[in-house]
Amino acid sequence: MAVVFQKPQALLDVPFTYCPGCTHGIIHRLVAETIDELGIEGHTVGVAPVGCSVMNYNFFACDMVQAPHGRAPAVATGLKRAIPENIVFTYQGDGDLAAIGTAETVHAAVRGENITVIFVNNAIYGMTGGQMAPTSLPHQVTQTTPYGRDTSYAGHPIRVCEMLATLEGTALAQRVSADNVKNVQNAKKAIKKAFTYQIEKRGFSIVEVLSTCPTNWGLDAQESLQWLRDNMIPYYPLGLYKDVGGTTK
Amino acid sequence: MAKVLMKGNEALAEAAIMAGCRHFFGYPITPQTELAAYMAKKMPKIGGVYLQAESEIAAINMVLGASAAGKRAMTSSSSPGISLKSEGISYIAGSDLPAVIVNVQRGGPGLGGIQPSQADYWQATRATGHGDFHLLVYAPSTVQEMTDLVALAFDNADKYRMPVMILSDGMLGQMMEPVELKTAGSTDCPIEKPWAACGHRNSRPHNVINSLYLTPQALEELVKKRYEKYEVIKKEEQMADEYLTDDADIVLVAYGASSRICRTAVNTARKEGIKAGLIRPITLWPYPAKYIEKHIAHAKSFLCVEMSMGQMVDDVRLCVNGRKPVAFYGRTGGIIPAPDEVLNEIRKLTGGTK
Repeated sequence: MAVVFQKPQALLDVPFTYCPGCTHGIIHRLVAETIDELGIEGHTVGVAPVGCSVMNYNFFACDMVQAPHGRAPAVATGLKRAIPENIVFTYQGDGDLAAIGTAETVHAAVRGENITVIFVNNAIYGMTGGQMAPTSLPHQVTQTTPYGRDTSYAGHPIRVCEMLATLEGTALAQRVSADNVKNVQNAKKAIKKAFTYQIEKRGFSIVEVLSTCPTNWGLDAQESLQWLRDNMIPYYPLGLYKDVGGTTK
Repeated sequence: MAKVLMKGNEALAEAAIMAGCRHFFGYPITPQTELAAYMAKKMPKIGGVYLQAESEIAAINMVLGASAAGKRAMTSSSSPGISLKSEGISYIAGSDLPAVIVNVQRGGPGLGGIQPSQADYWQATRATGHGDFHLLVYAPSTVQEMTDLVALAFDNADKYRMPVMILSDGMLGQMMEPVELKTAGSTDCPIEKPWAACGHRNSRPHNVINSLYLTPQALEELVKKRYEKYEVIKKEEQMADEYLTDDADIVLVAYGASSRICRTAVNTARKEGIKAGLIRPITLWPYPAKYIEKHIAHAKSFLCVEMSMGQMVDDVRLCVNGRKPVAFYGRTGGIIPAPDEVLNEIRKLTGGTK
């Protein structure tokens, strides 16, 4: 019997800890498929963040290191500089990457650190129960912006790809979304390109994936995907913000 | 090998390289900067890594990453920078990773000053970061010892899989002394590290470096196991140097730079007919309690001297446990006590020369 669909090798056969309807599972799968297709699991090391995906060290089959909150790019730098032939990626949420870890993120890009960052942006702190994230939208109601995010008081959301695209060391900065089949396919292409750029030693690559948080948004899975389309994509336009281009397959 | 004249910070850096360290992550801060500068000059020439991080926080996390990959990794800083590293040090301890951290102490709290100090003793031995854990802490008192203790620090970091601190100060870091650099191992990873996250190469299950244990029972079990290791270290690793203590009526206790001043004061006191001696702790954790214990019976009193308002004196009092009086003399804020000041304290406590 022909196998037409199966779990990627780079994902271990353990249950995920994510809420129903959350798109972390899809994004994990895209990373794992990429690792399988490039045949790099044996020399790949992943860095887990603090947040909902903290326990992804149990999910990915490659070696894994769990980093302090926001410090994943610094930990990845140490791993990569120690063994440059290894492929090193971080998997981080918006609070981890764009608030507490802003300096580590920006300076890894500044150095052109040859690592790949998978940035999952769902506009909220999920693990701690739905507080305002650096990427929460204007007027978005969260536990810590109960009257909606007032940008005159709490500031404006950060557009990470646009910011990192200004840096010389960034080889690839692309924003994709996990909200429908076409966008998921594009996300896969972007993630594969990011890993390929690392293999080709081109520098810092980041793929920002717009993602959902049904639990803390207070919506069901379908409504969440629609909310992402209606609210996040207009503020965070999908697209390629920086690409050094070249010979990638 | 012939002796060479070197600055403490630079000698320590060279000794680290000789001990097989090829991964150094730093950030500028006075008075440790020469250590990082030396690494920046040397590492590229020997195939090593020197990287200037964007902060002390990033530097210690780069150490975490390089150590997780199985390499001998090191960072150095001075007091305010160590506070920033404390988060990463706690994670390194909680992940059972080896690492060597150098603190060239300066005055505090806050931005404090840039002159020598010993006011980070509590931080080094009690609470470098959150949670139940210890660092092995070495306190050199000469440039020679700055170098000798580095190889030991790396060896014990690897042996016990834990972070090790070298607690120096601005005086030892900045001063020049003749030093003999002893060749130690020069391979990058002399100890097998089957736990390292270096890529499984399709030949073993994945390795995970982690400090998160959400089940309380699992976390308690792990912390207790770590504490069993600490008990072994307390038995095996205590180090101290003794000077004229055998017949001493008054036993001074001092580490690092202040121990050198105390030694001068002890010599002068002896000339005055006062039976003074000196215990110089080399390990601050584990505290060298057995060296103190030996002298409790014959000593009439103890005098702890520090460049702080009195931090190590807590440990001396814990060892003596009320059996003899323990006095304290200290200067702080970057002021180095003069031998005469210490001598006066000795005289006061012994009713010495009038």
